[in-house]
Amino acid sequence: MDFLTVLQVLDSTVRLATPLLLACLAGLFSERAGIFDIGLEGKMLAAAFMSAAIAAVSGSVWLGLLAGIGASLLLSAIHGLASITFRGNQLISGVAINFLAAGLTVVVAQDWFQQGGRTPSLIGGGRFAPIDLPLAKSLQDVPVLGPIYHDLISGHTILVYLAIALVPLSWWALFRTRFGLRLRAVGENPAAVDTAGVSVIGLRYAAVAICGVLCGIAGAYLATALQAGFVKDMTAGRGYIALAALIFAKWRPWYALSATLLFGFLQAIALRYQNIDLGGIVVPVQFMDALPYILTVVILAGFVGKAIPPRAGGEPYVKER
Amino acid sequence: MEVMPKWADVVLIPLFSLLIAFALSALVIIGIGEDPIAAVKMMVSGAVGSTYGWGYTLYYATNFIFTGLAVAVAFHARMFNIGGEGQAALGGLGVALVCLSVDWPHWAIALPVAVAGAAVFGALWAALPAYLQAKRGSHIVITTIMFNFIGAALLNYLLVNVMRPAGSMDPATGKFPPGTFLPTLHDILATIGIPFSKAAPANVSFLIAVAACVLVWLLIWRTRLGYAIRAYGHSESAAVYAGISPTRIIMIAMLISGALAGMMAINNVMGEAERLVLNSVEGAGFIGIAVALMGRSHPFGVFLAAILFGFLYQGGAELALFTDIPRELIVVIQALVILFTGALDNMVRMPLEKLFLALRKRDA
Repeated sequence: MDFLTVLQVLDSTVRLATPLLLACLAGLFSERAGIFDIGLEGKMLAAAFMSAAIAAVSGSVWLGLLAGIGASLLLSAIHGLASITFRGNQLISGVAINFLAAGLTVVVAQDWFQQGGRTPSLIGGGRFAPIDLPLAKSLQDVPVLGPIYHDLISGHTILVYLAIALVPLSWWALFRTRFGLRLRAVGENPAAVDTAGVSVIGLRYAAVAICGVLCGIAGAYLATALQAGFVKDMTAGRGYIALAALIFAKWRPWYALSATLLFGFLQAIALRYQNIDLGGIVVPVQFMDALPYILTVVILAGFVGKAIPPRAGGEPYVKER
Repeated sequence: MEVMPKWADVVLIPLFSLLIAFALSALVIIGIGEDPIAAVKMMVSGAVGSTYGWGYTLYYATNFIFTGLAVAVAFHARMFNIGGEGQAALGGLGVALVCLSVDWPHWAIALPVAVAGAAVFGALWAALPAYLQAKRGSHIVITTIMFNFIGAALLNYLLVNVMRPAGSMDPATGKFPPGTFLPTLHDILATIGIPFSKAAPANVSFLIAVAACVLVWLLIWRTRLGYAIRAYGHSESAAVYAGISPTRIIMIAMLISGALAGMMAINNVMGEAERLVLNSVEGAGFIGIAVALMGRSHPFGVFLAAILFGFLYQGGAELALFTDIPRELIVVIQALVILFTGALDNMVRMPLEKLFLALRKRDA
């Protein structure tokens, strides 16, 4: 493997890690507030469809992004209604949302575009264009650093940079603001938050809404930046990988960045090489596909560090009377 | 205090949930410019209007009975086994290994061994998540989801690289030997003189699924183990106080659950495809969740819900064939059923409870 190949693999790592990172941060806010969310997949899928559909019709990717966030927020509202207001089972609600999105996107796509459950291919302003960072072209000839700057750091879409910027932002919001303190408290001990006179329900809805917005951006990225348009089931399990990354990251923003980069790297490798020959032992591509899940199970098993979820996660809050 | 009589809890709430789910589905059909009443008519005639339709409805229902029972048994121990999909896929591997191992002389000999193979492989795939839940406290939902993906990758690898016959391009095993072909409902009903469609895939597995319902009922409500499972599901601390080992209950309940999900493979792999193909489960593992929720985790309820979903599946296929309504509409209906019977249960329950309270006050 020469230097250029390494750069290409890393470049595709960044692009593939971005939706995972956004969805992982989405899950982070929700689960830190005590709302389990296995509906990340569905929300991304719905956002991917709506963003592609609106971008295709209007020709504006920004309108598409807004529509995608809207679709994702709508599903978040259902999740909030089920798991906060009606104190239902959050896991079951998440499963339902995943199926709702999987079904509705195809049904509606078929009705709107008659292309077998996909949207038309996005062209021009319907997609997010890569951004060339300043001086990328002129510094390209500088040895080593030039290509790294030009190929790896520059030339991504705005959403990639946004996703990376969201990591410190999430850290700051969660660990350095009053809102973040309360949000984390509501996931550990909602009764204490309630006693302090802060609304548990309000905080949890806020967390679920943030989760919806981030999933919306993740979905829009898939359909309008990574690819050009929506196809059936295009999330392809990314919501679950993000969930795995969240556990891998032990519910922390910076760890989330490294976990999603690792899983993105695995995807990039699997995409580029079918079978990897490691000195006599051939690693099949299917093993690479399964590796994020295997690693997560290992982490969950607690043999390599322990992942402890927020204590009140998954439990509806009932005020004592 | 029981606010509502038992029949309201068992019959009325699922019925209302189902009605809401169907009403919303009808809105979706209207939304895409189709006629819901015509759609229902077409579904009914397509799914139960002929023995051909029934043959498909019962074939799908057989899958859903197994996966529904799997989820239901786990629910009784308050475990949410979302891994039916992977367990059923591994069950398929067990069936394929059994069927391809020797040249079976007769299906009646091959079937019990295949059932055992399917059950063992399905149970094995549930064993590690169960162990991690029992011993390490890893959440069963997350681990079973992960195992679905790991299972899919494993089968993908085995079918593409190992079990594919030489010279075949198709990622699937070779055809099973004729000694493993299960009799269809056509064959069975012909012996007592009832005509039944020859083309439909419903087979003897349906009867095994019905037997599994009875056995699960016996297990949950008529044995000491079933009592322990239910006790653990209601209150872990009470169960521990009564000398019930949580580890033992988690392991046993999940092994049974995995075995049931795996046993689905005798229907779709051995009975229908007669070889193991990629993605043979086709989402039946997930439909088991809807079936168990709607059937209130009772084997009889699971049976009825599975028939209903079999009907929806076959009817939906007819719709996709003859109208512009895509097959994914069934996924929407399935999602709504899960949403209203599972997650939004309280939304349906609270008004009904108020109604019953009001009625009781008036009587008093």
